[in-house]
Amino acid sequence: MTAPKLTSMSDAIARFVPAGASVCMGTALEAAIPFAAGHEIIRQRVGDLTLIGPISDMLFDQLIGAGCVARFIGAWVGNVSSGLGHNYRRAAEKGIPRPIAVEDHSNFTIALALLAATLGAPYIPTRSLLGTSFLDSNPRFTRATDPYSNDPVVLVPAIAPDVTILQVQRADVFGRCHLWGTVGISREAAFAARRVIVVAEEIWPTGRILADPNLILVPDIKVAAVVHEPFGALPSPLQGCYGRHHDFFARYHEASRTPEGFARWLDEWVLGVGDWKGFLDRLGPDTLKRLMPSRHLLSEPLDYGA
Amino acid sequence: MARSTMDYTARELMVIAAAREIHDGDVVFVGMRLPLLAFSLAKRTHAPTALGLFENGIVRETPSPEMLFTMSDPPNLAGATWSTGTANMMGMLAQGLVDVGFIGGAEVDRFGNLNTSYVGDWRAPTVKLPGSGGAPDIACYAKRFVIVMPQERHRFVERVSYVTSVGHGDGGDWRTRNGLPGGGPVALITTLGVFRFDAMAGEACLASYHSGQSVDVVRAQTGWHLRVAPDVAETPTPSAHELAIVRECDPQGFWSG
Repeated sequence: MTAPKLTSMSDAIARFVPAGASVCMGTALEAAIPFAAGHEIIRQRVGDLTLIGPISDMLFDQLIGAGCVARFIGAWVGNVSSGLGHNYRRAAEKGIPRPIAVEDHSNFTIALALLAATLGAPYIPTRSLLGTSFLDSNPRFTRATDPYSNDPVVLVPAIAPDVTILQVQRADVFGRCHLWGTVGISREAAFAARRVIVVAEEIWPTGRILADPNLILVPDIKVAAVVHEPFGALPSPLQGCYGRHHDFFARYHEASRTPEGFARWLDEWVLGVGDWKGFLDRLGPDTLKRLMPSRHLLSEPLDYGA
Repeated sequence: MARSTMDYTARELMVIAAAREIHDGDVVFVGMRLPLLAFSLAKRTHAPTALGLFENGIVRETPSPEMLFTMSDPPNLAGATWSTGTANMMGMLAQGLVDVGFIGGAEVDRFGNLNTSYVGDWRAPTVKLPGSGGAPDIACYAKRFVIVMPQERHRFVERVSYVTSVGHGDGGDWRTRNGLPGGGPVALITTLGVFRFDAMAGEACLASYHSGQSVDVVRAQTGWHLRVAPDVAETPTPSAHELAIVRECDPQGFWSG
């Protein structure tokens, strides 16, 4: 039988994100990015991580700049509304603060790699990336001939992350979670992972979560820890909870232009605030209020009657 | 910011030119940044029945009710006709259901191959660019795609050093020979003009230059031997109606200013 898994963010990261782990985050693209979890990884100085994700809007750049990352597997690291990621550039071009290995993917191939792991398939063939330089820079891709049609294909090997971290709207203490709105590759990333850390805006009684089992993202046997962390995706948006704090992304882009500027940013927003509540205090209640939805758009209840 | 209908920015013109590439009834893979506005403009002018796909998993047949900084901003969900995952959006591409997609680039060559990954040798890059996102997938599968990027000579190179998203490869029937199902790039919209890709050779050919520019200005900012269409002319001026809609969709000029 399953046991309650509710714990603190610091405990969840300390137990389930060891040095050298492969960690999948930012799976809903620009939404529901688990910034609270990422900042705790930085505070605990977890090193040698492999980060896995489709696009990462600012979070991976922060982890790379903080020296936590040895390898990136995915499609894009930068700042969607402001431009490129300065820390990603420094690490890849100059080894500052440390060199980073990159396994290039497209959004489709990273989705296929995770999907393959969910199916227990060793790889999935695709036509994506035929004729591209990905086949040179990422030796994990294999060019092959489809035995049925004799057409060229690219084989995308399965990727099973050690841990996938999800920010969701609500979960019970056992890790049954409801995520809606933009989901990106969250379902595949969670189901492919050896373990999942669920970070929830709200903890709900089990009966109310199980009232909509179709909305549960991943079986709870995958979930290692549940963390209650309201506003845990800020400054990225979470449907029905808060919008995107665009200015924060723009200010980070300017602040992180130099290693010194990034160090000051890190002190101000991560190391110096102690925990996520400290981050939210620094952001201020007026900002939180401004980002709340101006109107609610409720779905219709479902009848699961038998 | 005061912007009269007499003047417009290069980015406003790029948005309007991009919108004109969307045909009514098209299934559109919208992409990020300027194409977010182009889709909204096309929907509200000449392409009311176009369908928009966003790679985060959203499908919609109306433009977002609010200006989008990213496709995952919560207003983009309101009124969506499907909200699913990225794999299904990529499945729409891979099944051949997408008519047109939009791609940005850091470097482009005469055959419309794009580099958004590494400047210089990928083993020791001089510049590490953010990467691909879903652009290689759009480039592989969409029936046609449109490139939208600023034009500077160092970005318009004879041959890209790294192919992130394939255009017409070496030209001619390269795509067919290499097993790529989509049709490749049809237009390259820049800050200076609009190029079209020759259907046989697959090479970019200057079709129009924007108001205030010229063939010579475009040539000076093109790093390959520029081919010019015999009927090259000035890019059609944006209408007051188009400009008004762009400004209504992006009142602060965040993308188009």
